Amino acid sequence: MVKGRMLQGARAMAEMIALCRPRVISAYPITPQTLIVEELSQIVADGDLEAEFINVEGEHSAASVCLGACAAGVRVFTCSSSQGILLMSEVIFNISGMRLPVVMICVNRSVSAPLNIWNDQQDSMILRDSGWIQLYAENNQETCDLVLQAYRIAEDHRVMLPVMVCADGYVLPHAYEIVDLPGQEKTDAFLPPYAPIYKLDVDNPTTMGAYADPEKYMETRYMIQETLKKVVPVVEEVARDFSGAFGRISHGLFERYRLDDASTVVIALGSMAGTVKDAVDELRSGGEKVGLLRLICYRPFPGEALYGALSGAANIVVIEKDISLGASGAVATDLRAIFHGRKAAPRISGFVIGLGGRDVTIDDIKFAINKGQKQFEDADFIGLKEELELEGIDA
Amino acid sequence: MLEVEKKDKFVDHLLASGHTACPGCGQSLAARLVLRAAGRNVMVVNSTGCLEVFSSKYPESAWEVPWLHSLFENTAAVAAGVEAALKITWQLDRVRIIAQGGDGSTADIGFGAISGMFERGHDVLYICYDNEAYMNTGIQRSGLTPYYARTTTSPPGRESMGNWRPKKDVPQIAIAHGIPYVATASVGYHLDLDRKVRRALSIRGPKYLQIHVPCPLGWGSDPAHTIDIARLAVNTALYPLYEAEEGEIRVQRIPRRVPVEEYLKLQTRFRHLFGKDGAKQELEEVQRIADRNIEKYGLLGK
Repeated sequence: MVKGRMLQGARAMAEMIALCRPRVISAYPITPQTLIVEELSQIVADGDLEAEFINVEGEHSAASVCLGACAAGVRVFTCSSSQGILLMSEVIFNISGMRLPVVMICVNRSVSAPLNIWNDQQDSMILRDSGWIQLYAENNQETCDLVLQAYRIAEDHRVMLPVMVCADGYVLPHAYEIVDLPGQEKTDAFLPPYAPIYKLDVDNPTTMGAYADPEKYMETRYMIQETLKKVVPVVEEVARDFSGAFGRISHGLFERYRLDDASTVVIALGSMAGTVKDAVDELRSGGEKVGLLRLICYRPFPGEALYGALSGAANIVVIEKDISLGASGAVATDLRAIFHGRKAAPRISGFVIGLGGRDVTIDDIKFAINKGQKQFEDADFIGLKEELELEGIDA
Repeated sequence: MLEVEKKDKFVDHLLASGHTACPGCGQSLAARLVLRAAGRNVMVVNSTGCLEVFSSKYPESAWEVPWLHSLFENTAAVAAGVEAALKITWQLDRVRIIAQGGDGSTADIGFGAISGMFERGHDVLYICYDNEAYMNTGIQRSGLTPYYARTTTSPPGRESMGNWRPKKDVPQIAIAHGIPYVATASVGYHLDLDRKVRRALSIRGPKYLQIHVPCPLGWGSDPAHTIDIARLAVNTALYPLYEAEEGEIRVQRIPRRVPVEEYLKLQTRFRHLFGKDGAKQELEEVQRIADRNIEKYGLLGK
């Protein structure tokens, strides 16, 4: 029997966040994030979580409230999507630069124009250079598991960097799934109270957010870069601890699905992986050596671990819900870089899929795999209406 | 009401000397006076600008109190976050919070965050050091730049007499939020300023204090005249000093009407009003602003 309760994703996430005991929560409504903060505000209103819930006048201020509260020494949470993520992006960079362990959920949604409220991952991908750790969840259970791990990772004194847990809009928070949430006692045992290294304190005055001239600035960037390299094993370590504490596998950097002997490997992130697994199963039953590597930890990019996991593959097919317009998909670009100059590099094709909530079907995935096995493709859009008419998905 | 720390003549340098403000900087003097009035049990959230830059260049800091700088426009929101954290950890009975920035970050880019902070009722004193332009970026026009002032983005020219709009009335907008305390002050009247900071910090909830601070570099004034010029702004009625508790306005009266020319002629930012052709119409218009202030606030008399 499956453990857990049938919960709407947003409710499960809100309950998990509450279990992590943030003391200040600040958010601004935006579809499809709203359900999560509505649930959280109810939890606070009912007295089930001792926290200040700050309704702000915009996402820039939501992130700023979290920045201030975190600098004052308490655990914080915020949540947004799409335009909200873009509006708070200035503060997002500021939070990581100040080494504040803020945790947020990005409920992934497309970016405007044209206005579109449905899912893709362009919003969080834009922030890949911000110094935040980014973890992409496949389902609601994993979103909850990653939120808990996110606080552990962020507040680790070896890290002290913010974490963004990315959950596909509508697909996850609006869906009902069975989710197994830990009790308060087990949560507290896994996640001790936040112990800041520095905080605002009248008994020990510190200056936070000093400015740095050309003699100092570059080192701050170098230190974040060096820390992020060390975050890779921390993510693995926390996932191992989590699996041990809660008896449920947490995959850490990435999940390997039928990767053994796979000559073609699909790389995907987030909820789309469920569809990819079905496609892989179908192809496997037809005798094709296909597997999936589902990337969870996109920042820091675990290049060496990926190189090790993928070095047996002849074809890599990256299927992603984002595009760096004028270049390629972000994940494909990063993946190609780790094989550059190494011997026996696989062919790495990049496909863009599911933008603005366009449905992603098993046939779409099989079409991309098939194409990537035949020839090199870069930022090839899958599921365009014209393409459907001209070629058909079985072409 | 909170007990405000007793004035201690030795607690004089919570903004320590050695910072890099210009000679005659009204803002640095006002900030020091504010901290002297506030005492040590205060946390300061500072917006980007001159004050931040001249006081916090890593690895040095002039701040003897906890001090946090994040960005240009989010100071009120960051302060709201600090307040929320102190509230939930039961520290607000002993620690007060000051958010501060210049006129650009207050009246322009950070205005939405300030309005939000007021509306939500955070226990924060927001202080605007009003030197009437973006000085840190090189004297560009802000929403608090006065009529006809020359800035680098409101230069007088063949088709212009300088800034083409009066100052945005931020204190009145603050009063309209229904917050418990709003005041204007001047670095030229330090006892009045000291009293207003103490009064503001003794009141729970959002407070707004706007301090007029001459900027010799931006205004083209003699650094030795900073205090005189600040006082002339008050005594010409171009910068009326008042405080509003629960919306009830009390003004600091001026003994006699000083013509605005007395104030304007000491600053090169108004020099184009005194050329060989003169600018009679413009000077009359500035005088009308002062006269309206006298009438509106009842400034004349004892």
